[in-house]
Amino acid sequence: MTDAAELRRRTQEFLSAHPPADTGRLDFLRARFDAGLAWVHFPEGLGGLGLPRSLQAVVDAGLEAAGAPDNDPRRIGIGLGMAAPTILQYGTEEQKRRFLRPLWTGEEVWCQLFSEPGAGSDLAALGTRAVQDGEHWVVDGQKVWTSSAHLARWAILIARTDPGVPKHRGITYFVCDMTDPGVEVRPLRQITGEAEFNEVFLTGVRIPDAHRLGMVGDGWRVAQTTLNNERVAIGGMRLPREGGMIGPVSKTWRERPELRTHDLHQRLLKLWVDAEVARLTGERLRQQLVAGQPGPEGAGMKLAFARLNQEISGLEVELRGAEGLLYDDWTMRRPELVDFTGRDAGYRYLRSKGNSIEGGTSEILLNIVAERVLGLPAEPRTDKDVAWKDLAR
Amino acid sequence: MSPQPDLLYSEEEEALRAAVRDLLTDRCDAAGVIARTESDVPHDLALWKALADGMGLAGLLVPEDRGGQGATHREAAVVLEELGRAVAPVPYLTSAVVATEALLACGAAGELLAELASGRRIGALAVGLHTAPGPVFTTARLEGGALHGELTGIADAAVADVLLVPADDGGLYAVEADAVVITPQTSLDLTRPLARVALDGAPGRRLGDAGPAVRRALRAGAGLLASEQLGLAEWSLTETVRYLKDRKQFNRPVGGFQALKHRLAQLWLEVVSLRAAARGAADALATGEDTDVAVAVAQAYAAPVAVRAAEEALQLHGGIGMTWEHPVHLHLKRAKADSLAHGTAGAHREALAGLVDLRAP
Repeated sequence: MTDAAELRRRTQEFLSAHPPADTGRLDFLRARFDAGLAWVHFPEGLGGLGLPRSLQAVVDAGLEAAGAPDNDPRRIGIGLGMAAPTILQYGTEEQKRRFLRPLWTGEEVWCQLFSEPGAGSDLAALGTRAVQDGEHWVVDGQKVWTSSAHLARWAILIARTDPGVPKHRGITYFVCDMTDPGVEVRPLRQITGEAEFNEVFLTGVRIPDAHRLGMVGDGWRVAQTTLNNERVAIGGMRLPREGGMIGPVSKTWRERPELRTHDLHQRLLKLWVDAEVARLTGERLRQQLVAGQPGPEGAGMKLAFARLNQEISGLEVELRGAEGLLYDDWTMRRPELVDFTGRDAGYRYLRSKGNSIEGGTSEILLNIVAERVLGLPAEPRTDKDVAWKDLAR
Repeated sequence: MSPQPDLLYSEEEEALRAAVRDLLTDRCDAAGVIARTESDVPHDLALWKALADGMGLAGLLVPEDRGGQGATHREAAVVLEELGRAVAPVPYLTSAVVATEALLACGAAGELLAELASGRRIGALAVGLHTAPGPVFTTARLEGGALHGELTGIADAAVADVLLVPADDGGLYAVEADAVVITPQTSLDLTRPLARVALDGAPGRRLGDAGPAVRRALRAGAGLLASEQLGLAEWSLTETVRYLKDRKQFNRPVGGFQALKHRLAQLWLEVVSLRAAARGAADALATGEDTDVAVAVAQAYAAPVAVRAAEEALQLHGGIGMTWEHPVHLHLKRAKADSLAHGTAGAHREALAGLVDLRAP
């Protein structure tokens, strides 16, 4: 029996034992994790079966057809996409058993404490300090751009444990308890009016050494796993034609002929082509991953979608004419999800400005493509052999 | 869910690519192509014989029972990628794709299809290279059973043995090249030269209806041209990256300057996107699904990318890029000519407006 057929059988067997209609959502999700059907590429005992990642689609299709509840992956994206692969690769057995199950079921939300006011593109320059005190680390500093911090139970955190060595070498990776009394979360209001993100102030936060991920001083390498998985997650989305931001503007174009002008028509057609080609490029990347030939295209997809989202939403504001001068709602709110389609064009225009900044600016991504894909030389560096404490700031 | 074409290359397709690239590396170096453009024979017919006769590539689109190889547009696209990289002066797109597709649409093609598929004869569709797929194209006059008129901008006509001529009665006619006067035109693209075809009472054999045949031929030509444009763009990017790693100014390789790195990274993104679009069009032509949209998308995207890649290559090579000796001008001229061939990007965007219901004001 093939892996796919065996997996289909297992999924049906699981559904018979746990009929979605008669099983509570959380009980269902926990049982699914225990049956190894959560993420089949994870090892047995940790929600998986040690199978290729591509076979997950077999399970998902079977469960969806049966109307089973899911774990609301958009709400727990940081946990699933970034924390989990890092814990899997660098965590101790005890850490994996403690964290992965409630992470996957969504019982425990995760956030990411990486960026700082003084360490954005130059993340390795971060200054949040962690000082060892017996079996604990005491952490002081400030983090920023932390989505879900106000909902999170846990955070992945990188902090400086040795200021006396060059910046990449003195960093250690931790799991931080967001309920610790030294953790203060403040909303950070954005240009859209709402606050998806937070500032997080860490004052004398005590983290047990048992919550360290990887070796002391090896945090930069551990963080690469987190960041690489973030970019894979962004590149791996599957879209139907007109599935992105080009959808709403095309719909408006069709439904509102009175808004059409020749200038907008030319620009819309060009962006429609660009959006369709970006969709095909993402689809090609996905096919390469499934065929086990991952290409370097992932690094480029985020660049392409940032530019497209910004240009399309800018066009959409113009297309709406007099309505383009209005805005749906400036009320300060704390949304759980980024919702591009539930709001008006003005919101999409403003929110998409962040697409070329969050998760690595477009300028940094162009450097990554130039150096790692094309093999062009790096800029001369003045900070490589200087201890962190001696860097200009 | 909209169609999900197969956008990868199969192992067989990669093997085909390697074989074509080996042949072109041996037989089609840039210095030779440049020298040939100013000779009396701008086409390389020995190379054409090796590709068509030796490797059987002229018959990829023709079924085996009609004298061809029975392959698909996916394989022909791979051949065109390689021919584009080398700017090879052979009539592959014109004879093995466009003329062949026109014959495949005709009931009475007879032996001619097998002759083109074997490479024994070269065919050219007598429609100007700039013509977009659609109902509008220039025709010859049919008077007293013979063809009259002048058709211009016919690519590779100078080496054609037979011309496929649309006439004003709605028919497509096969006309022997020695029955007409073919005069080369001085062309922007020296490696795919154009010619004027004068018909003065030339006899023709009616093959079938011109409308559907021309439309099918130009659609396949436009769709597979995107793969040639991909090859051109890929060469421009690869060569420029190689040169900028090597070229030193201000005591460092100029490829280390961020202002240049970002331009190349942006170009890389456009080239990998073009690869997806070109594979999409080739697969759609092969399967017959979603073909009109896939071809229009690929052509609307490919032309500006190939041109920009060649323009960036020229600028980033600095002074050497402006010389006749350096091959970048071959790619620039081909890319610019390709941006008009079988319809401009703008013409294909206009076609899309109808296909995906985004109507003009």
